[in-house]
This record gives sequence, C-alpha cells and structure tokens, in this order.
Amino acid sequence: MFDVDLIRKDFPVLSRELPGGRALVYLDSGNSSQKPNQVIEVMRDHLANHYSNVGRAHHTLGAESTAAYEDARDAIAAFVGAPSRDEIVFTKNASEALNLVAYAFGNPIATDERFRVGPGDEIVISEMEHHSNIVPWQLLAQRTGATLRWFKVTDEGRLDLDDLDDLVNERTKIVSIVHQSNVLGTVNSVSPILARAREVGALMMLDASQSVPHMPVDVTELGVDFVAFTGHKMVGPSGIGVLWGRRELLDAMPPFLGGGEMIEAVWMDRSTYAPVPHKFEAGTPPIVEAIGLGAAANYLTGIGMADVRAHEKTLTGYALDALGEVPGLKVIGPRTNISRGGTISFTLKNLSGDDIHPHDVGQILDDAFGIAVRVGHHCARPLHLRFGIPATTRASLYLYNTTDEIDALARGLHHVQKVFG
Amino acid sequence: MIAESMYQELILEHYKHPQGRGLRDPFDAEVHHVNPTCGDEITLRVKVDEGKVLDVSYEGQGCSISQAAASVLHELATGSTVEESLGVVDEFTRLMQGRGQVEADEDVLGDAVAFAGVAKYPARVKCALLSWMAYKDAVVRSA
Repeated sequence: MFDVDLIRKDFPVLSRELPGGRALVYLDSGNSSQKPNQVIEVMRDHLANHYSNVGRAHHTLGAESTAAYEDARDAIAAFVGAPSRDEIVFTKNASEALNLVAYAFGNPIATDERFRVGPGDEIVISEMEHHSNIVPWQLLAQRTGATLRWFKVTDEGRLDLDDLDDLVNERTKIVSIVHQSNVLGTVNSVSPILARAREVGALMMLDASQSVPHMPVDVTELGVDFVAFTGHKMVGPSGIGVLWGRRELLDAMPPFLGGGEMIEAVWMDRSTYAPVPHKFEAGTPPIVEAIGLGAAANYLTGIGMADVRAHEKTLTGYALDALGEVPGLKVIGPRTNISRGGTISFTLKNLSGDDIHPHDVGQILDDAFGIAVRVGHHCARPLHLRFGIPATTRASLYLYNTTDEIDALARGLHHVQKVFG
Repeated sequence: MIAESMYQELILEHYKHPQGRGLRDPFDAEVHHVNPTCGDEITLRVKVDEGKVLDVSYEGQGCSISQAAASVLHELATGSTVEESLGVVDEFTRLMQGRGQVEADEDVLGDAVAFAGVAKYPARVKCALLSWMAYKDAVVRSA
C-alpha cells in the first residue's frame, strides 16, 4: 500500500527547516532527486566496513567491494528488465552513456557496418532533447560529415511524427530521442519510431533519464537498442549512470575510454579488451555510487514502480488543475494528464499581463515559501527557442511529493504576481 | 521573507518603469552580451564625446534584477564623464562580487546601492552585472 507519509519519513532532508524557519517544499526532482535512508545507509556501511577497489584487489575487502559492485549491476539489470547483467554498463551519468554510444559511430576502429558513419549518412534526434542528447550527435556529425536531422515538436508539446518516413530513411544510422521530456513532461511513444527505424535498418537509442525514475521501464519490452539513464534522479547518488545496450551491439562497438580494467592483455603497441561490460568501464569506477544506485533500485522496487507512477499521475492531474487556476500561467507541454509525467513547466504573467521572469518567480518561491523549483532553459535551449520563450519555471514531482505541496506552489505563485504586479 | 532584502522597492520601481530603454542613434559602439546560464541578454549602445557620456541606450530581456540594473546604469552614466562612470562600474562590481561582505560606498554608487542584497545570491550576481559589463565593453570599443 503506497503511503506518501511513510515514504517521506525515509527522506531525512524533507523534514529539515530552511533558514528563517521555512519548511522545505522540494519540487525539483527532475533536476535531482532526494535520497532515502535506505540508500544513504548502504553507502555509509560500505564506506565504513567493506570499501576497497573492485576487480583488482585480491583480499577480503576487495572481494566484498567487488561482490557489492556486481550485485548492484544485477539490481539494475533486474530493475530495467535487461536480458543479461553484462548489458549494464556503469557510466558516470546519462551524458557519458550517450557520448559512449555516439563515439562508437564513425570510429575507424569500428569494423561493424552499423557503426560506420560518413557524409550522406543521417542521425535523427528531436527538438525536445536535453543538451546531452543533442551535443554528442552534433559532434558526431561534425567528425564524420554526417547530417543531423530532428523531429519537430507540436504546439501541445508532442513529437510531430508527420515527417517520420522522410526523417527516418535508408540513410539513417541512428535515432536517439528522449523517453520523457525533462521540460514538457511528454512521454514519447516509442513504437512507431522504432518500427520505422527497423524498416530502414537504423539503430535506436532512448534517453530515459526522466522515465526510469518515474515509471516501470522494461528495456526488453521497449525493444530499442540503447537506453541511457542516471542515478541521481532515481533516489540514488550523483556520479553514477547507466548505459544499457544489446549485448551483440556492445560487443561490436569499439572501447570508449582506455585504461585499467577494460583490457584483456596489453603490449606496448596494442591491446585486447575485456568482454562487456568491463570493456566500457576504464579506471576505478564510482564504486560506492554504483552500490548506492543498486540500493536505490531495490528501494524503488520495494515500493513498486507501478505505484510510483500512479501516485505521480494523481499529483500531476491535481497540479495541472491547480496551476490552471492561476491567471496568466501558461503550461508549456501537454495540458491533459495523458502520456505525460509529473514535470510541469510554465510561464507566468502578472495581473497586468506583463511577463514575470522565471528567475524572479523562483527566487520569491524559494525565499518566501521554501519552494524549490528550477528556472531557466533546463538544458533544453532549442525547445525554448521553438516556443519563443527564453526560460520557464519548472515544478517536477516525485514519489515523496504531496497535494499540500502543490497547494503551496499555487499560493506562492499568487504572491509572486503581487510582488511583480 | 529573505527575498525582501533583494527586491528593494527601488529595484522594482526601475523594473516596472525602466529609464532610458530603447536603442538610439547616434552611437559610437554597440555590444550584445548574454548570460548563458539564464538566457538574459542585452544590446547596449554608447555615445561619447570628448570624454563625456552623452547617451547609454539599451534593449534587452531578462529578470527584474538584470533589467533594473540596466535602468540604474543609464541614469548614473548618462551625463557623467567616462572616467567617473567607469569608477562607478568598478565599485558596483566590487560590491556584487563581495558575497555580501562588502560595505557599499553610497557616495559613489547612488541608487545602485539598492543592489547590495543581490550580492548574497551568487546565482543572481551575473544578472545584476550583465548590463554593467556590457557598458564597460562598449566604452572600450568606442575609444
């Protein structure tokens, strides 16, 4: 039984007081989520009692650390339905996971035809991407002479698939799009794009940084080739992210970073590489962070991702109604609570109809009411350009948020309108 | 309410009624500055004659702090000498970068002293400085 009051007790920071005696209203989980005792304690215990290097330390602590690190891989594999634990590559974040795949393309070391990219080839992304799913592909296009193309976004904040057959064609090498938008909240429908990618022989990657924390995600059911996500948005620590990829593709890809533990044998003039996932994990990894992420996945599984999604859907509906009653507020993204998550971005005018800048909105919400939201372009500048706005205010909800907190946000926004009236 | 120390009445006044806004001719230099973290931007022109600032005109978009700072800058710089105005820019910069620990010289800063509270918010310091840095740049280019 999902009980938000009990869940809130797991997160110590939620009961702290901010300077001036303000209670914390944390509506910025899309930026980074808070951490439960169950994660903090596992990490503390590992640092205090078991810590050593993994993979290369042949003693008791080394064995314990290695076992905990690899257990975390099992936990993540189970959490996202990976057919094999070897398909889970630990990275430092989702950006690294996306870059890892982007650098596999057009690399002279790669002999597999699917990863060859040159002039005439095409890469497809969308206008609603986070910079981390734009810039790595721009760099790939610049390195190889390939062409970068993108899906447009409709006024309602959905992917415009009208051009699907033109955009994804026999020249397309990879399609990489976001699963759930970090600004609009839109949850994209994967299957029509994937079907077209399969038809033309292109690979497909999903940036699932905003979906894996909030809904059941099963990579096998999704059927795509690569999925990237990050630990710190799913009640885990920062400094750890995940790339899931099909084993057969990961095997065919060249290494990304070279270094310790990613090798099989090294001579002065050449090397052979460890099997996946270790081929992609050069150097001492973020050990305790990976273990913390495993604990986070187990924590969320214990609560139940279907329940997490249901709770957030209720909250999102409540928030869309409450914000809809604030005059001069315009939601940027789907206004209906369908195929969208609990990320709500908006612009705000005062009662005379003048824009109030998101920085001013966020500052008053924080200083006067202890409400933490994100303001700015949320690392999605092209999307803001598309809507003709410099910035938005974003409230992003998670399993520990309540309807009371949404009421506080609505009250806070009314106050902002008074200050800048 | 901590914010009240930042959103001084004078700042809100300048935000609601910006002084000298709009790009005007003639001008000796025009610059365009942006704050990449928030997308605030300003286009600013200066007209200088024999060491005297005849006009500072500007157009921009951004938060109340950045827009009010441009308005105050216009009032302080227009009609003063280049040398005096650069002295004010230096003092304002010192205040903004002082993390709230610097005592402002009100004789030098005039109305700009109202921004003292902003210095306590590292994320907002760049908002306040945007137009002032643009002005400094424009004056250098006008020489």
